[in-house]
Amino acid sequence: MSAIVTEELVTAPVDPRFPNQNQTRYCWQSYVDFHRCQKIKGEDFAPCEYFQKVYKSVCPNSWIEKWDSQREAGTFPKKI
Amino acid sequence: MATWAQIGFQNSASPLMEQLIFFHDHALLILILITTLVGYFMLSLVTNKFVNRYLLDGQMIEIIWTVLPAVILIILALPSLRLLYLIDETTEPSITLKTVGHQWYWSYEYSDFKDIEFDSYMMPSNDLEKGQFRLLEVDNRVILPYLTQVRLLVTAGDVIHSWTIPSLGIKADAVPGRLNQLNVFFNRPGVFYGQCSEICGANHSFMPITVEAVNPADFLSWVKSF
Repeated sequence: MSAIVTEELVTAPVDPRFPNQNQTRYCWQSYVDFHRCQKIKGEDFAPCEYFQKVYKSVCPNSWIEKWDSQREAGTFPKKI
Repeated sequence: MATWAQIGFQNSASPLMEQLIFFHDHALLILILITTLVGYFMLSLVTNKFVNRYLLDGQMIEIIWTVLPAVILIILALPSLRLLYLIDETTEPSITLKTVGHQWYWSYEYSDFKDIEFDSYMMPSNDLEKGQFRLLEVDNRVILPYLTQVRLLVTAGDVIHSWTIPSLGIKADAVPGRLNQLNVFFNRPGVFYGQCSEICGANHSFMPITVEAVNPADFLSWVKSF
């Protein structure tokens, strides 16, 4: 019984930094990495989009909304 | 799903649950053998009239009843450990499904392709159609493709809930502020049911989980139709 793999179904890959059941940090780190990447390389830098794809797949939408508003308000608890 | 007067597990829908059932049968076989043997010993000891006044020790039998239980424990522990790590094993997933527990419903998010997000409430008993299951049916079912590795991320918005599908052999607590990962792999199509498994308030019993496993091609057309 082998898995069906189609090109249309692609998601965030398994990250060896987060080998446990707890994937909270995978979401958080990808979110921070994306915004740091954009800050350093500029908004149009395509390779940054990888992090965005990962955090969009892994983070609950409510978390993303909360962090976005925190960044706008300048209360995001991490230096970007 | 569970049926009336059911004694064993629900039918399995994933390789993991198959293994869990095998382990259960293996453990039960050992348990039944021990219980019958010990039961027979006890019965035969209290019903006979033999006396042995000069019994002090018996090296051989003591060695046997020390070593044999140790061996039995090992043949229980090793498959158990194998299964424990098998459940934790991560294979490269094809899609990610996020589920968020709320008081008192589940909401689901598919964010790999489009932003699909919906809430899944229990169907009230008087809205049920013929053949639907009371307290298990929901208004919006989770649709997932079979024969596809799915990463399921479980979290909660308010209090601790617990997401489970017994047919898949998976269960994880939904904790606010934490993402718990489960591996889902259906080996057949079907509709599978589960219920919130962590007391979460007044309507804890009324936030069931219904998953529909469909053909990957049908899944894709469902995604596109959203």
